[in-house]
Amino acid sequence: MPVVMDADRVGRSLMRIAHEILERNRGAENLALVGIRARGVPLAERLAANLKVAGGPDVPTGSLDITLYRDDLMRHQVGPQPILRRTEIPFSIDDCTILLVDDVLYTGRTIRAALDALIDFGRPKSIQLVVLVDRGHRELPIRADYVGRNVPTSRQQSVQVRLMEIDGRDGVEVDEAEEAS
Amino acid sequence: MTQVGDAFVLKGGRVVDPRAGRDGHFDIRIENGRVSAIGKDLPLDGARVVEVPAGFVITPGLIDMHVHLREPGQEHKETIATGTWSAVVGGFTGVACMPNTEPVNDSASVTQFIMKRASEAGFARVYPIGAVSIGSMGDQMTEMGDLRGAGCVAFTDDGKPVATALLMRRALEYAGMFDVPIIEHCEDPSLKGAGVAHEGAVASMLGLQGIPGVAESIMAERDISLAELTGGRIHIAHMSARQTLRAVRDGKSRGVQVTCEVAPHHFTLNDEALRDGAGYNTNLKMNPPLREEADRLAMVEGFRDGSIDVISTDHAPHHADEKALEFDRAPFGIVGLETCVPLCLDRLVHAGVISLSRFVELLSASPAALLRIPGGTLTVGEPADITVLAPDAPVTIQASALVSKSKNSPFDGWQLRGATAATIVGGRVLYTNPAVSGADRFAGPAKS
Amino acid sequence: MTAATRLQSRHLLSIADLEPAEIDLILDTAVAMKEIGTRTIKKVPALRGRTVVNLFFEASTRTRLSFELAEKRLSADTMGITAAGSSVTKGETLADTARTLEAMSPDIIVIRHAASGAPHLLSTICRAGIVNAGDGMHEHPTQALLDALTMRERKGRLAGLKVAIVGDLLHSRVLRSNALLLTKMGAEVRACGPPTLIPLGLTALGVHVTTSLDEAVKDVDVVMMLRVQRERMHGMFLPSVREYFTLFGLTPARLERAASDVIVMHPGPMNRGVEIDSAVADGPWSVILDQVANGVAVRMAVLYLLAGEELS
Repeated sequence: MPVVMDADRVGRSLMRIAHEILERNRGAENLALVGIRARGVPLAERLAANLKVAGGPDVPTGSLDITLYRDDLMRHQVGPQPILRRTEIPFSIDDCTILLVDDVLYTGRTIRAALDALIDFGRPKSIQLVVLVDRGHRELPIRADYVGRNVPTSRQQSVQVRLMEIDGRDGVEVDEAEEAS
Repeated sequence: MTQVGDAFVLKGGRVVDPRAGRDGHFDIRIENGRVSAIGKDLPLDGARVVEVPAGFVITPGLIDMHVHLREPGQEHKETIATGTWSAVVGGFTGVACMPNTEPVNDSASVTQFIMKRASEAGFARVYPIGAVSIGSMGDQMTEMGDLRGAGCVAFTDDGKPVATALLMRRALEYAGMFDVPIIEHCEDPSLKGAGVAHEGAVASMLGLQGIPGVAESIMAERDISLAELTGGRIHIAHMSARQTLRAVRDGKSRGVQVTCEVAPHHFTLNDEALRDGAGYNTNLKMNPPLREEADRLAMVEGFRDGSIDVISTDHAPHHADEKALEFDRAPFGIVGLETCVPLCLDRLVHAGVISLSRFVELLSASPAALLRIPGGTLTVGEPADITVLAPDAPVTIQASALVSKSKNSPFDGWQLRGATAATIVGGRVLYTNPAVSGADRFAGPAKS
Repeated sequence: MTAATRLQSRHLLSIADLEPAEIDLILDTAVAMKEIGTRTIKKVPALRGRTVVNLFFEASTRTRLSFELAEKRLSADTMGITAAGSSVTKGETLADTARTLEAMSPDIIVIRHAASGAPHLLSTICRAGIVNAGDGMHEHPTQALLDALTMRERKGRLAGLKVAIVGDLLHSRVLRSNALLLTKMGAEVRACGPPTLIPLGLTALGVHVTTSLDEAVKDVDVVMMLRVQRERMHGMFLPSVREYFTLFGLTPARLERAASDVIVMHPGPMNRGVEIDSAVADGPWSVILDQVANGVAVRMAVLYLLAGEELS
């Protein structure tokens, strides 16, 4: 199972992204981080810490569960419903620049759902997208503003992001093509 | 179908006829609708011979003394023709029918109507039971002498109890003059209230209003005391509660003329069945209700020790639409004529609770004796009402295949051992069971 | 106990049918649903395009409104049928009503009915998922779930909680569902009421039954009061309101025997001065308004989880 990002590279990427965020949002007024459950949440928390280290302000952090906005939920269901987790955005997003954080950007459908969900919370000034890995194969007109690493993949492959807070270690791996795809 | 006059000999079958003291292999000759000879190696004299298959049992015709034929008035549930055909298919050559029709059988004209319809149908014999009170309303006693003359064999206000102790006392005294019993549907109305199921843990957790067992036994105790006072004959219908059985035993030990009957569902099912499947199956709703396991076991014990006199079905047909209601709103009752024999053979005889001989007493000899009607035994010169059993034949009950007009049976899908092979009424083989191998031998020669 | 990821049944007919892990799944989902009620836009598209029918054969304001709000917050299309003014009052049977509804292809039918087992009858006729919103004296599963959510929120757990349920136990579907749920989840349940209003079968569930309110509330964490209907007050169940309140009414003085942080619950609507003193109903112990808020979240959770199950 090839490792495309080791722990060190994950850490450096997140620090680089923090700097890019500060650079692009000069002064970093009204910034807020929102992580998409599950692995976007610890990534958002790490970015908040990195922003402080990089000389930025305290940035409030929230978590977003996009389950109820999934576009496959309204279609004819043949399986159990996805498990619903808590959404916690303990601040007003009105007029904020929201940094939406997820681990992997793939088809773009999760981000579409997250954008819909965020709009229900208020009217942010702008939304920027942060992802650790962009593996391509977009199905919707969505792109990331900050990318840890672009990893070209085939659709048969799967990308596994491991984070200390959830998995006990950091790293990104690509599973090889599964049989009979 | 054989005709009267067709002479035939049932050859070599096991005959179980406790009243005649017979249990062994005998030939039975039937001529002109009557038994003309019983014995070993009877001369054939050119009669048709039916070699009785090994394992089959010949008994006096079974009699169900508690049946609702629904006619007149509720012909969408059952008619006298469909009900008596259901009886024949179930192995019964005679049924006693309850008076809670519309109109109530409280006058000789209704009794005569029933007798006429039964005779036209030509299936099982029908013995009407008259109402104790006009309209079974509990006020005015019926003309029992007139009803008796028209053919009633007992009196009851079945469906509800005889309303007051005074009326029951008078009925016992008056009916005694004709030597007929009063049959009581034992139930204290205030204790029953709006109950729809046995009062116990099951009904409680299903949120169904309960009917306690003592609602039955309290009324039975009243009636037994009154029978003791008057010297009349009281018969406790469809007994279900262990407390009632205790009251009956006490009464019998005091020499009171009390008898009782139990329906198959009360010794084969308990209230736990109400939880089965989606729950609330209205084909498990009957009155008295399915009791708890202690009561069911008490009924089994009552068979074992001989305290129970009769098995009757309380055959209570209801249209499927009437049963497809909320449990509270559905009517009480299930059909029973076609499921009785397999249930009794499997759960009582094969289970070792009673002997085959006792089975014949419970289902033939005792009801005949109680109602003072012919049958209950095979006697030379008497009508040839005969039931042929295949006690080892496997049976799968199919509610949809019942010939009764109604299919409200909780026994759908039950696999049992013991079947009716053939039913002979007045010397005519009215029914042979196509599912029992060898039963077709009883069928008469095809008529051209 | 492993975590459940789905409900085993397409229907919610009774708490008796649920495993503890399924109860946890519903409550955890309800916690997430509750957050939606704090948003400016209290609506998510989860059940967009799904049809939910609310079939209320029995007067009910709070349960019906709670279900309607839950359905709307999930973006389901809803239809309400109440007994008055419907074909029900014209003699149509429940089975026929169900078949008529079935032709409209609803995904979920929520039913409240005065006859125990009516939702079960519906489940044998309809392909839709059936949610029991209270059937006769049988069960009121979503009430027990919202009560459990309230207790878990306030006490952090259900296992080991001491809960007294007081009032007309016999006629209460709330009692039955709560007794089943709480005993399944490891709580210690005491049921208290006059002997004429105690149903059989509670002790078999592990419920301690008593007629002494003082004994019932001693050291408990939760007191749940049940409504006593006025019509029970004459007839043969109880001699009078006055005597009932004297023996079974919950007063601040009685509550002193309970744990110092006891909470008081009531499924509503309350009879002040019959089963509960106003000082208790409006006092610091009362979590009655939490129950109402949690009712919407629990019903959202149930509808969401059932909507995922395949139509048969």
